[in-house]
Amino acid sequence: MSDATATIAPPRPAASDRLKFYGIWIATALVLLVLPKLFSSGGSLTTFSLIGISIIFSLSYNILLGQTGMLSFGHAVYYGLGGFLAIHAINIIAKNKFAIPLPLVPLVGGAAGLLFAMLLGWVSTRRSGTAFAMISLGVAELVASSALILRTFFGGEAGVSANRTKVLRLFDWSFGPQIQIYYLVAAWTLIAVIAMYALTRTPLGRMCNAVRDNPERVQFVGYDPHIIRYIAFCFSGLFAGIAGALAAINFEIANSAYLGAVQSGTVLFATYIGGVGFFIGPIVGAIFVTLLSLGLSDLTQVWQLYFGLIFIAVVMFAPGGITGLLMMHRPLLKGGTLSRVLPSYLLAFIPTLAMVTGLMLAIETIVHYTVNPNEDSHIKAFGVPFDAANPAIWAVAGVLLIGGFIIARKTWARVAASWDDALTAAREKGVAA
Amino acid sequence: MSTAIELRGVEKTFGITSVIRNVNLSVAQGERHALIGPNGAGKSTLFNLISGYMKPSVGSILLRDEVISGLPPFQINRRGLSRSFQVTNVFAKMTVWENLRCAVLWATGHRYAFWKNVDNLPEVRDRTAQILQDINLVSRRDVPAGLLTYAEQRALEIGITIAGGADVILLDEPTAGMSHAETERAVALIRRLTEGRTLLIVEHDMSVVFGLADRISVLVYGQIIASGTPEEIRGNPKVKEAYLGEEVA
Ligand SMILES: Nc1ncnc2c1ncn2[C@@H]1O[C@H](COP(=O)(O)OP(=O)(O)O)[C@@H](O)[C@H]1O
Ligand SMILES: [Mg+2]
Repeated sequence: MSDATATIAPPRPAASDRLKFYGIWIATALVLLVLPKLFSSGGSLTTFSLIGISIIFSLSYNILLGQTGMLSFGHAVYYGLGGFLAIHAINIIAKNKFAIPLPLVPLVGGAAGLLFAMLLGWVSTRRSGTAFAMISLGVAELVASSALILRTFFGGEAGVSANRTKVLRLFDWSFGPQIQIYYLVAAWTLIAVIAMYALTRTPLGRMCNAVRDNPERVQFVGYDPHIIRYIAFCFSGLFAGIAGALAAINFEIANSAYLGAVQSGTVLFATYIGGVGFFIGPIVGAIFVTLLSLGLSDLTQVWQLYFGLIFIAVVMFAPGGITGLLMMHRPLLKGGTLSRVLPSYLLAFIPTLAMVTGLMLAIETIVHYTVNPNEDSHIKAFGVPFDAANPAIWAVAGVLLIGGFIIARKTWARVAASWDDALTAAREKGVAA
Repeated sequence: MSTAIELRGVEKTFGITSVIRNVNLSVAQGERHALIGPNGAGKSTLFNLISGYMKPSVGSILLRDEVISGLPPFQINRRGLSRSFQVTNVFAKMTVWENLRCAVLWATGHRYAFWKNVDNLPEVRDRTAQILQDINLVSRRDVPAGLLTYAEQRALEIGITIAGGADVILLDEPTAGMSHAETERAVALIRRLTEGRTLLIVEHDMSVVFGLADRISVLVYGQIIASGTPEEIRGNPKVKEAYLGEEVA
């Protein structure tokens, strides 16, 4: 490398930076290792496993959406096919007593995801934008309906099940207990996350971003945007297949829900809520959405409705997702002016909470009258008992909703103003936005 | 001298309007050739045809004696022809450094590689740093391209165009909208960066055109009405009437 380059090019990471970088991965590995010691109940181990699967799946989705600018409505196809192939693989391995241990089965899922992405992606990746989105939806419908027709392979409505303990044992691990599945999922999650991060740092990964930003210009620097989108799509299918295989191992079953529109919607939802603009965004989203879906479904009947509302709120008010929202504060933190906006946040939080409470009361009341009109009106939502037939409750809901909305609007305007002040002050201290 | 670009009877129609009409043009290897003409004459369309962005309705285009009309833009680019855009066309969310690096990757042979760390490619770093210095944007290296000033974006546009090392360069109004001082700097840059390469440039500033070009072609209503050395063009009555008029006194 020439001497001139050294002064002009971005500095190579110093030894301390590199240590910090590898330190993060090692720390993550350690956390994953000790996590079961801190939360040892079977329920939390299952939750962790589901989160790990969801992290891989969401990150694989973001290879498309965040990195290459492709909006897919059918990503569950590759997840689901990975899951089915993994189940069949387990059954075949067990039947023939092949010397293949369970931890290698996700490779079968990955291969399935990759293969089907290679087959189904060539045409759809010709275009990005609406055409790609529509084709992804069509392919998803096609595969989902085949799943109900090809009963021998997909097992019809019941799906296909397997017994994961019947394959070759590794170090005396039967992979029956959830703790062993947890470690299997954790290891694969770490591998997949590192691999997908590394992918963003390759020539292909950088050109994916270029295609996202300006597919037209890419053609004039020698690249075929179709090929870039296609390779990205194949990688995305590969990792989705691994995630699906892990899910199949975890549940010991694969069924048509794996491939379905709900699954495709959930991964879009998790990725977007986490934030598509940062590598870590989908990880945050996967954790958030998995916990939320497990938690909310215990608290209310119409948890999907709340999901939808949260999604709309994020799209409208925080298009950068949770990560984008947090990252926005970085310049303020660096400039030391974060404390200037916090009081206005607190001020805005109160009426917003009132508004949300009013909305929830209204929703639960309406749900009572539309879904269970003949049941007792003394219902419980989010652990709070109230009488859905009491006009006073309706009035409270109305006041909270409308009053909260009016005041919240004003306070959020103040947040915006104090935000601008804090950012200006931070810039004056020389912090780049 | 051999020809770098040759257009043979090229026509382009959009629906019923014919925008390029029977254009024959030949640009010699190593020549700086200016394409001038009034707004709407079809200069940008001609660039779109040569660079593969559009296909000619009739006729053929040759790059170093090989037919390129009908090829997609990336294949024409790989054969050593690179163009800039009249309206800045960069990777807005990526930094200046990344913009230039994207333009270097194919030419340095890294193509679609997904097994190499892009930060660990010495020749890519060297070349990107070189171009960054050439276009005078070292201080703006880490700024997203979308946040640059207009003149800086124009410089980046030129940088992306030449970064791949193509030896036939097409620049579409590279100095449009620049101040006098900025124009002078840009012209010096273009002169330096196209040394030993073939340049086809669309330009409205006549002092730039006459100072830079070895040959000039005049396009009016989709037709080349004159082609020749600056002196020949200056003295051509048809050109005076149709276009130059009072501009060149
Ligand atoms: N894609 C297109 N469809 C229809 N008409 C076009 C298209 N591109 C250019 N034109 C028309 O072709 C003519 C020449 O345009 P252009 O090549 O941009 O001129 P110049 O660059 O010389 O100013 C204009 O009348 C323009 O409206
Ligand atoms: Mg033009």
